[in-house]
Amino acid sequence: MKLLNKIIPFFEAATQREDRHPFFDQIEKLFSNKTGLAGLIIITFFLAIALFAPLLTPYDPIENALYEQLKPPIWESGGAIKNILGTDDLGRDILSRIIYGARVSITVGIVSVGIALFFGAIMGAVAGYYKGWLDNLIMRLMDILLAFPHILLAIVIVAYLGPGLKNAMIAIGIITIPRFARIVRASVMEEFEKDYVTAARAAGATDFRIIFNAILPNCMAPIIVQASLGFGSAILDAAGLSFLGLGAQPPIPEWGAMIASGRSMILRAWWVMTFPGIAILFAVLGFNLLGDGLRDALDPRLRD
Amino acid sequence: MFGFIIRRTLAVIPTLLGVTIVVFFMLAITPGDPAELLLGERATQESLDAMREYLGLKKPLYIQYGMFLKRVVQFDLGETIWSRQKVSIEIKERFPATIELALVAMVISSFFGVLFGIISATKQYSWFDYVSMVGSLIGVSMPVFWLGLIFMLLFSLTLGWFPMSGRIGIDTNLQVITNFYIIDAIITRNWPALMDCLRHIALPALALSTIPLAIVSRMTRSSMLEVLRQDYIKTAKAKGLGQMKIIFKHALRNGLIPVITVIGLQFGILLGGAILTETVFAWPGVGKWLYEGVVKRDYMVIQGGTLLVATSFVIVNLLVDILYAVINPRISVK
Repeated sequence: MKLLNKIIPFFEAATQREDRHPFFDQIEKLFSNKTGLAGLIIITFFLAIALFAPLLTPYDPIENALYEQLKPPIWESGGAIKNILGTDDLGRDILSRIIYGARVSITVGIVSVGIALFFGAIMGAVAGYYKGWLDNLIMRLMDILLAFPHILLAIVIVAYLGPGLKNAMIAIGIITIPRFARIVRASVMEEFEKDYVTAARAAGATDFRIIFNAILPNCMAPIIVQASLGFGSAILDAAGLSFLGLGAQPPIPEWGAMIASGRSMILRAWWVMTFPGIAILFAVLGFNLLGDGLRDALDPRLRD
Repeated sequence: MFGFIIRRTLAVIPTLLGVTIVVFFMLAITPGDPAELLLGERATQESLDAMREYLGLKKPLYIQYGMFLKRVVQFDLGETIWSRQKVSIEIKERFPATIELALVAMVISSFFGVLFGIISATKQYSWFDYVSMVGSLIGVSMPVFWLGLIFMLLFSLTLGWFPMSGRIGIDTNLQVITNFYIIDAIITRNWPALMDCLRHIALPALALSTIPLAIVSRMTRSSMLEVLRQDYIKTAKAKGLGQMKIIFKHALRNGLIPVITVIGLQFGILLGGAILTETVFAWPGVGKWLYEGVVKRDYMVIQGGTLLVATSFVIVNLLVDILYAVINPRISVK
């Protein structure tokens, strides 16, 4: 307590200086926003279990233990402390697999959102900056991508690329591009008119420099919000693809694939498919909450 | 208004062309001989040659695309690899099932979404508002296929209230006219079959309706909150109108305009999103068919199904746009 009393005034002094970076204002806003904070806590939790998975789990997530098949969770009759959430049909500990599954889902989020952000930001920035036919071309392309209902396009892309986690991540990245392209384009168009851009141009900066060094840093707020929401939907889509057998292949401990494998024994062993679903629910909820909180904190204009 | 409708409709054409280009080139860039891909591994040399001729494989790519486009416009989508039936016929058999499921899910989510949204808006920050907002956040975060399985486990396998899968019981007789079973049962006044159909559709429709329900209730809430702040609502209050009358006669009219748009857009999404739900509940619609096509690598099914779903999605969105302009004279037609 004493230590805390010393730290808080120091923190306040540091953060209440008039010349402090606006970044701290936004962090403060995020922490005072209950939704955002709740999301941040959930995500931190998942990041932690993903990071420390080998330390947290007593069992290997992949190795079979044929004598331990379909053990129920601890509170059911026949359950034991060894396998708190029970085991699956190959005797693997469900909890261990869920913990390792966090690694897979977070990877999916990073890779898919990374692909979408990279291409989306470039296309959106180019469209918004150059306008004219280039803008038209890029936006028509985005319209075509948006003409496919969300997961359908991912399924089709995987159907042609072949099933697997890597292709699923690529597919989810592709279908998420329009989201970022549209938002970046709108922000770039808005910033384009401002004096600092004119100043940069007058100073002789190249287009590349103006777009990436001057304009884009000022468009970060909506991009970050979309990235958080996109992370959630990427996890959801990847789970859906893996559930259909088009994403992660066995024995990878992916949550959607775990649900698929539990489907055939739904009556005998309800726990095999139930708990991975709860994990998906919480992880996605975390990113949605964070996204909503960030939107309120960073970009009040976007509030619904 | 008429000019707006024409312009908006014409603007759809490049998008639809783009869809056909995507579908066409997906096959073109897939490694392997397209004729072999489309006919499967067991194809004879003769049928392969015939297919190559049919696709125009010896001609340049843009002519191949032109031929493809011509066939699509004529609704000639070829034959499936596995069942050797015309793709257009398979679609005709299955699409009504998908539309029926999406419509029922839409009715559920619109009714309850609007209802919850209105209650939340009129009693802002009450426990109901709180629960329904948290509920809608959970609703959009949930994997629908998992929720479907949980419904199945609870309401079908454990409680036995609903059948587990399918569209109609095997021992139920129904004269199929429109292929919309609910409508067929009503037309033929076959009440036991109607009950059976409703019991079959209940769980998949309920599972499918969660996401739109969450979105519609959120949208209704925020839209109603905005409308309730307007001066004309204060006037209505000041002249002593009852709350019910204010909400349903004055506020709802304006509050529902954006909600209707959202409902329309969600319907389009449901047509495509039904793939997972249909697969879980063995619902014999286009989604499950398309998924099976993917698993069996039946490229004819993939092409036909993708074109169908994407086209209906684009058309539904077009209709929503037009509807929005019609019901909201304020934004008309710029």
